[in-house]
Amino acid sequence: MAQKLLLEHIQVPGIQSLEVYRQKGGYRAVEKALKQLSPEEVVEEVKKSGLRGRGGAGFPTGMKWSFLAKPEGVPRYLVCNADESEPGTFKDRYLMTHIPHALVEGMIVASYALGAHTSYIYVRGEMMPQIRILERAIAEAKAAGWLGKNILGSGYDLELYVQPGGGAYICGEETALLESLEGKRGNPRIKPPFPAIAGLYNCPTVVNNVESIAATVPILNMGGEAYAKIGIERSTGTKLISASGNINKPGVYEIELGLPVEEFIYSDEYCGGIAKGKRLKAVVAGGSSVPILPANLILKTAKGENRLMTYESLSDGGFASGTMLGSGGFIVFDEDQCIVRNTWNFARFYHHESCGQCSPCREGTGWMEKVLHRLEHGHGHQSDIDLLVDVSKKIEGNTICPLGDAAAWPVASAIRHFRDEFEWHVTQGQEAQVRNYGLAHYADPLALAE
Amino acid sequence: MLSVKKNEPIEFQEDLIEKFDEVVKRYPEGRQKSALLPILHLVQAAFGWLSVSAMDKVAHYLDIEPIEVYEVATFYTMFFLQPQGKYVLEVCRTGPCCLVGAERIMKHIEHRLGVKENEITPDGLFSWRGIECVAACGMGPVLQIGPEYTYYENLTEESIDQLIDQLRLKSSV
Repeated sequence: MAQKLLLEHIQVPGIQSLEVYRQKGGYRAVEKALKQLSPEEVVEEVKKSGLRGRGGAGFPTGMKWSFLAKPEGVPRYLVCNADESEPGTFKDRYLMTHIPHALVEGMIVASYALGAHTSYIYVRGEMMPQIRILERAIAEAKAAGWLGKNILGSGYDLELYVQPGGGAYICGEETALLESLEGKRGNPRIKPPFPAIAGLYNCPTVVNNVESIAATVPILNMGGEAYAKIGIERSTGTKLISASGNINKPGVYEIELGLPVEEFIYSDEYCGGIAKGKRLKAVVAGGSSVPILPANLILKTAKGENRLMTYESLSDGGFASGTMLGSGGFIVFDEDQCIVRNTWNFARFYHHESCGQCSPCREGTGWMEKVLHRLEHGHGHQSDIDLLVDVSKKIEGNTICPLGDAAAWPVASAIRHFRDEFEWHVTQGQEAQVRNYGLAHYADPLALAE
Repeated sequence: MLSVKKNEPIEFQEDLIEKFDEVVKRYPEGRQKSALLPILHLVQAAFGWLSVSAMDKVAHYLDIEPIEVYEVATFYTMFFLQPQGKYVLEVCRTGPCCLVGAERIMKHIEHRLGVKENEITPDGLFSWRGIECVAACGMGPVLQIGPEYTYYENLTEESIDQLIDQLRLKSSV
């Protein structure tokens, strides 16, 4: 049984309440930080833990914290990114719904480490129920003296607020999120300056994902070094994986980084195998933006080694044969799924969510959607396939924020690995309307071995 | 698109203004514009959609230009710029939900309600639309209904029928 750090007590009845959360050892990390450690020492523990940003980018959290500018007399802010909008990702919703105090406790620890006295949790607007849950948890914590003035007699003050978004994927990008929190359209800012220098209200700001902030609680409780011993190499600790698609047990799983992908998909402890006895066709391993991989490449690397759930192993082979851990949004496709249709669906998503600021993304995502629509509906031309690759290349790297890359990668990777399926949609356009291409040569190597 | 034809004068009740006052306290002095999204959610919850006169009133309350409210209301997809049915069924139509049947669910809703996407049923009770990923992919297909954004998960044709019947019943008593 794998070690659980974030979800250890999630099944405990009443764990949503402060009382039960306290009984299970909650708020010990706040006590430790405020009574025994200086803010710098908290940052040091997080650095030692090797924790990497859990929102998708994987940037070391402790290092991000240490970049925060600290000019005299200027307030600093911590903003939690709870905009969770990467398709395939629903772990933060799960954590906030069932164990909200884990995030509140993490916010206190992290705010103390950064010297922030006002912190915000920016939650996507559709999560109104979670906003209510967090507001209740914050009120409980404040009434019990964990928030407000002079917490635990330490002289440290903190106010914590929840801010709703308005339904915009782009606000998961940290500078768009800050614009939104300032009451504006979510247009990403040009960097530099980075938020660590000029973020919310032009003040030094750190933006961290829900799971990253919650992870600081076990890190302080067990110590950064002990946390770093979990996992493999630079993929330390545990990670929440959101599993969806054609599997027997969709849901949120906490894994120790380093778990083999094959075990994650087929073990009853996790996804429980492919639903309805079907075979595995493809996986998007880290949220819709990361490259899709066919069954053979998600289970084993191009070198033939077992693929592991780590930042390094999933990206082994670069984009030629690898992908990314991303946000941990693990979407599984069975043999009946059409790659062209799904790629069109994702392209429509990115077109819909492009903020419109940069023309390569605003125009390019629209063209990709149109061309994919044509291919999916049997009106495509052979040249459309290369046209898509060309458009995706012209978006990638040419935009202010990573949404352009996020839109380009799913299209480019689908064509890279499933080109024959796209060609079949051109040559057999009518047949493609009534049946799917199927598994072809992407067969699940496990099932074949049996 | 902003609705300028149905622009009737509007009044904000005192308890709504009190809620606005609470929200504004969360931000530093002079940063009251940060309250814009939370306030637009409150207005939409009270009136069902955002009319131009409602947005103008919000601008006045926050001491910002009306255009600053319009540009935000038109950017974020949760805000309705036209009147809606009393219950708006918003179905996730993004990839992971489609892998488990979201397209079938949308067709069923269209058939059952007898109106196309973004249209209102003649009794004014329902409208529906497809929306992009709502971070509930493991429970798909899913739909949400504002203003509390209650989620309905693992949808089937039968559960849709039940839901629509329940909502009809609820609004008839």
